[in-house]
Amino acid sequence: MKEEIIIAGFGGQGVLSMGKILAYSGLMENKEVSWMPSYGPEQRGGTANVTVILSDERISSPVLNTFDIAIILNQPSLDKFESKVKPGGILIYDGYGIHHAPTRKDIEIYSIDAMNTAIEMNNSKAFNMIVLGGLLKIRPMVTLENVLLGLKKSLPERHHKLIPMNEQAIKKGMEIIKRV
Amino acid sequence: MAEEIRLMKGNEAIAHAAIRCGADGYFGYPITPQSEILETLMELKPWETTGMVVLQAESEIAAINMVYGGAGCGKAVMTSSSSPGVSLKQEGISYLAGAELPCLIINVMRGGPGLGTIQPSQADYFQTVKGGGHGDYRLITLAPASVQEMADFVGLGFELAFKYNNPAIILADGVIGQMMEKVVLPPFQKRRTEEEIRKNCPWAALGKTADRKRNVITSLELDPAVMEENNIRFQKKYKIIEKEEVRYEEINCEDADYLIVAFGSMARICQKTIEMAQEQGIKIGLLRPITLWPFPSQAIAAYTDKVKGIISVELNAGQMVEDVRLAVNGKVKVEHFGRLGGIVPTPDEVLSAIKEKLM
Amino acid sequence: MDVNEIIKPENLVYGKPRLMNDNAMHYCPGCSHGVVHKLVAEVIEDMGMEENAIGIAPVGCAVFAYNYIDIDWLEAAHGRAPAIATAVKRLNPSKMVFTYQGDGDLAAIGTAETIHACNRGENIVIIFINNGIYGMTGGQMAPTTLEGMVTSTCPYGRNVELNGYPLKISDLVAQLDGACYVTRQSVHTPAAVRKAKKALRQAFENSMNHKGASLVEIVSTCNSGWKMTPDQANKWMEQHMFEKYPLGDLKNE
Repeated sequence: MKEEIIIAGFGGQGVLSMGKILAYSGLMENKEVSWMPSYGPEQRGGTANVTVILSDERISSPVLNTFDIAIILNQPSLDKFESKVKPGGILIYDGYGIHHAPTRKDIEIYSIDAMNTAIEMNNSKAFNMIVLGGLLKIRPMVTLENVLLGLKKSLPERHHKLIPMNEQAIKKGMEIIKRV
Repeated sequence: MAEEIRLMKGNEAIAHAAIRCGADGYFGYPITPQSEILETLMELKPWETTGMVVLQAESEIAAINMVYGGAGCGKAVMTSSSSPGVSLKQEGISYLAGAELPCLIINVMRGGPGLGTIQPSQADYFQTVKGGGHGDYRLITLAPASVQEMADFVGLGFELAFKYNNPAIILADGVIGQMMEKVVLPPFQKRRTEEEIRKNCPWAALGKTADRKRNVITSLELDPAVMEENNIRFQKKYKIIEKEEVRYEEINCEDADYLIVAFGSMARICQKTIEMAQEQGIKIGLLRPITLWPFPSQAIAAYTDKVKGIISVELNAGQMVEDVRLAVNGKVKVEHFGRLGGIVPTPDEVLSAIKEKLM
Repeated sequence: MDVNEIIKPENLVYGKPRLMNDNAMHYCPGCSHGVVHKLVAEVIEDMGMEENAIGIAPVGCAVFAYNYIDIDWLEAAHGRAPAIATAVKRLNPSKMVFTYQGDGDLAAIGTAETIHACNRGENIVIIFINNGIYGMTGGQMAPTTLEGMVTSTCPYGRNVELNGYPLKISDLVAQLDGACYVTRQSVHTPAAVRKAKKALRQAFENSMNHKGASLVEIVSTCNSGWKMTPDQANKWMEQHMFEKYPLGDLKNE
């Protein structure tokens, strides 16, 4: 198996950390993983994206031009990456802040109302975990158990108390993602 | 027990590896995209465990001179920076080479010239392998292409530096520094004691004991006849390194019709290019120099009769391509492809360039 | 009387320190460096630190300090001695580490390294020879050159509108929390030499007691650069240099 994934949105949305948790989950499953972020000032309010690859085989390039899955969390990212999804691939987006919905017919498009749900849950920090839940519902590339292990591995110990909240958010995401 | 497989950034791997390799000191100054090296060391507080000194200097210039001070005492010391900061270090690097001091320098390259960009680049190839500072000197240059190699080359860099009493440099870039991959860290090694250093580095300025003459760490020699002798000695050493320490990797090179020469992150991207080419029935091989100096000239020259063309793919306007051309000496077509100023080409862009330039 | 009858221990009234070797000095006759070198060697000997002293030589006239004092040395790039000393001391806390720098090295090109090493409270000694001129390169203006003073790069006298003001770097260093001892001395009279030696001893002791950075400025002559006889230079220093750079402790904590 090999999944080439781009996650893109605004800095501060938890794009990079979502990718990191996915990568750690892959590590827990003994997969080959790579996590290549955009870096620099983008991290603090501009657009941010991260390329995550999970594979059973050695990963060649951590930099890609097309993706199996694109997770899109703002309009500039949709404009940039919709065309980069491989035919037959998957695009997941949150409609919050998206003015022009994706239009491609040769890919599977899903929407997830993660931002509003996070606000309803009174926990905006859960946003990226809701999106991750949605992804795992569509493509169960790693088990929930290993995601939680990955979280444990990637979070400093003082934040381990947040893991149950993250689990709840992932499960919520699995419920609310829908095919467009 | 097998070492644990971890997931970390290339920059973080360097910091962990430094502590585990028994480094005595790290001196650095923050600059993107390599600040995680200093940050990780400060977080890990090795002074409480191995006794390693970690210090944030007031400038890159101060940092490289701290390295000179530590190296002059025979200690295993290192610094890291990114392109503009490494330019500032060039004076110190020249002095280190002139005083024949071992040390490890890390350059996580970003786009230039000037303040440039913080995005990945390989435009410091010339600076690194052709001099950079003043005078006839060479740096042992290691080009990692994975997070694992970032970790491994710390130990290797120190080993080569002390073997030849010469600075070694890890020439990485923003991609390798910032990406996370699986890595197995090197086992813990004890730092050397003062007695061991006095024995292994009898030249070290550690305080003059009655049984020897004073040690003076210097690159100064006003008598040109003696200075020429010094230079001849350096050149002899460089010849030995060129003979003994060339390292490279060949991927899919057997029966390849075309050869890519690429290092570091570009070598990773080109591996994907090769996979894409295979699907189209095009046979491309990759020769990845691991040491940029000494350069694998003979290994590349061996392909002159075997391939229809060679392309040097670099994140710059064409630097390593000059060494590739020197290696094949006009016997086969050598082209260059690169993106500039911090843009990293995608694998398909490289394939298009190969088709356009070589086919 | 035969010469060998004179060379007897009981007749010895003055000796050079053992650490001073017999290499002929390249310093000009009348230069202050020779005296300060001797004092440094004496203090190291008096403290019994011959095997633990590590000196950092500058770029400038004292570039060859390592030829005369028989301890281990590192020769620094211009201005960088305090950075080098920082690493040497931190990596070898039991050693006695000092820099020996002139005014161009310490107060022009190496200002940042000087200020920051002192501000970090590095347990090092900085010996600062201030003669208001670049001696090694042939008498150019230094940051400490006095107003109106003639050098080869201010041939009509230092003009503050063009060149700025003489830099009292020791006063700056004295402001820093990391500096425990800042003093200004001279070596132009036997009494001054004795005081300077005491100051050096205290600075070296501070470094071994991990009290922070100590800076000993020696206001000095450069009779060659100043184009005077040694005697005239001493008088000129008393009349002019001491006015701008008064002797005494600036800080002693």
